[in-house]
Amino acid sequence: MKPAKPAKAKNRAKIAPTLPHYDLRLYVAGQTPRSLQALSNLKRICEEHLTGHYRVEVIDLLKKPQLAAGDQILAIPTLVRAIPKPARKIIGDLSNTERVLVGLDLRSVG
Amino acid sequence: MKLKAGPELPKAPTGIQGLDEITLGGLPKGRPTLVCGGAGCGKTLLGVEFLVRGAVQFDEPGVCISFEETVRDLAMNVSSLGFDLEKLQRTKKLVIDHIYIDKSEIAETGEYDLEGLFIRLNAAIDSIGAKRVLLDTPEALFAGLSDTGILRSELRRLFGWLKEKGVTAVITGERGDGTLTRHGLEEYVSDCVILLDHRVPWVDPRYFRTRVPVTSLALTHDAPNERISTGIPELDDMFGGKGYFRGSSVLVTGTAGTGKTSMGAHFLDAACRRGEKAIFFAFEESPQQIMRNMRSIGIDLGRWVKKGLLHIHAAKPSAFGLEMHLVRMHHLLAEHNPKAVVIDPISGLLPGGSEYDVTALVLRIVDFLKQTGATGFFSSLSAADDLQATSLNISSLVDTWILLRNIESNGERNRVLYVLKSRGMAHSNQIREFLMTSDGVRLRDVYLGAGGVLTGSARVAREADDQRQETQRQQENRERQLAVKVSLRSLEAQIAALQAEKDARENELAAVIGESETQKTMVLAEQDAIRRSRGMMIKSPGRNQRPNGREGKA
Repeated sequence: MKPAKPAKAKNRAKIAPTLPHYDLRLYVAGQTPRSLQALSNLKRICEEHLTGHYRVEVIDLLKKPQLAAGDQILAIPTLVRAIPKPARKIIGDLSNTERVLVGLDLRSVG
Repeated sequence: MKLKAGPELPKAPTGIQGLDEITLGGLPKGRPTLVCGGAGCGKTLLGVEFLVRGAVQFDEPGVCISFEETVRDLAMNVSSLGFDLEKLQRTKKLVIDHIYIDKSEIAETGEYDLEGLFIRLNAAIDSIGAKRVLLDTPEALFAGLSDTGILRSELRRLFGWLKEKGVTAVITGERGDGTLTRHGLEEYVSDCVILLDHRVPWVDPRYFRTRVPVTSLALTHDAPNERISTGIPELDDMFGGKGYFRGSSVLVTGTAGTGKTSMGAHFLDAACRRGEKAIFFAFEESPQQIMRNMRSIGIDLGRWVKKGLLHIHAAKPSAFGLEMHLVRMHHLLAEHNPKAVVIDPISGLLPGGSEYDVTALVLRIVDFLKQTGATGFFSSLSAADDLQATSLNISSLVDTWILLRNIESNGERNRVLYVLKSRGMAHSNQIREFLMTSDGVRLRDVYLGAGGVLTGSARVAREADDQRQETQRQQENRERQLAVKVSLRSLEAQIAALQAEKDARENELAAVIGESETQKTMVLAEQDAIRRSRGMMIKSPGRNQRPNGREGKA
């Protein structure tokens, strides 16, 4: 998946000058409806709350099963916030935006 | 142990002694088996041993997914059993993965499944072509994930998936309250359920890392005909001059200070002299103390220890629980593979458990020794008033039972020895006196007199008495011989005197005869002269015509 970086420089400065950069990984297993659901939910949330401050990497474990051990992936789909530290994980299809924001520590910011 | 499996199923042998026997060959091949039990009863160990033995003995590589312990902890825990997990991983015989969930760093939102677990497991199995899988303990996931509904259905799917994959799986589960596992895994895994139970008083479960010393069920150990020395020549004589059977078990019971340890030391000494390995499990004395004490009766165990033939393993009975003692013994026996084993005293273990437990322990040790072909020597302290009843009820388990006891009489205490039984060999029914000399243990025949058994100084007095009588008898004999010789000599003298007289008479007779002839000649000559003087020739007359008055006298 190509990283989504549609934000413009002036927007980024205007919305959240203190917002750090977010490095996110979404682990899926094939193109299941649940995985697609999670990806679209993630894109929506990022666009709304992290415009220009994030990078998303989608990892398909069916193609690269060896990557599962590194982030201790068990549940599918799992979203991992690799940066900023400490790492956080959110499992599920990300349908509850509020909980995703809490999980990403964005609630106070957003 | 509970087992639900038909005997016709193909089995995957565990290689664990005893378990394969009660399961008639192992775990159901290609199916999941649930191993459940309380904390620290050895579930993980059973699973790991199943994998390790599979990889080493049966060429079936294995995958271990640990949900509780890290790979490093797991490897360290089982290294004490001689399992080198790191080497097995390097040689692609084993893959270990640690899966954990930290609830604090996880948020749940919406639907999910555990496909990640499946993918990891699948990748691990395919990477080495694994045939065996250990999941230890998947129920730990319940602590990390809040949606138990998803978890349950996913675990059910996992077990089905394992079956489809065709791997023989062991899934461990903590025993729950009234159920076999805390979260009811047994509902999903019903192919085979093994319930582990243990009764270990006051042992920290974390230390309890055992290989599950299940008593083996078969009574099929070899019965060698070879005999080995007891180390005491006179005792060998009591067993037909040959000693114990190799591979048999010997029980020596007796009250305090009757020489049980000394007999054990003799037995070990004899084994080491034959160049065989031996182990001395001491529960009362330290190795140094034993060596010093045995030196006082002329047995130098120290040199065998130096040579590496003898291992003296001393432990306080209260140091561990019974099971732990058994586990340590198992390890030492497996490590040194001795041919002679002394446990002194087996009754010393009693404080560590109930009599029933100790009896069971002895049974397991006897069993294990018989299988390895080692000869076991157990001493047991018995109460003074209850000599023949071994408090442990193990006398029926052993092949040879020797009883040592003290006999008090004439103000002294003496040791005696009986052979109460000895299966399969002629053995003496005699009581022997048991002497400890600076040259080791010696057995002496006791005196059975009118007043009963004579031992000690009474026996010595009796022996001295005998000696005196013998001396007296010999003295009398010598005197009689002398007397007869004297009379013989006097007879000889008389014979000589008579002979001399006889000779004299014979001479006299000869002289008389000579005289008579001379006279006759003279008479004839006289008559001739007369006849010549008368001038006529006459014939000479017969000699007997003229009687001789002296003829006939001697």
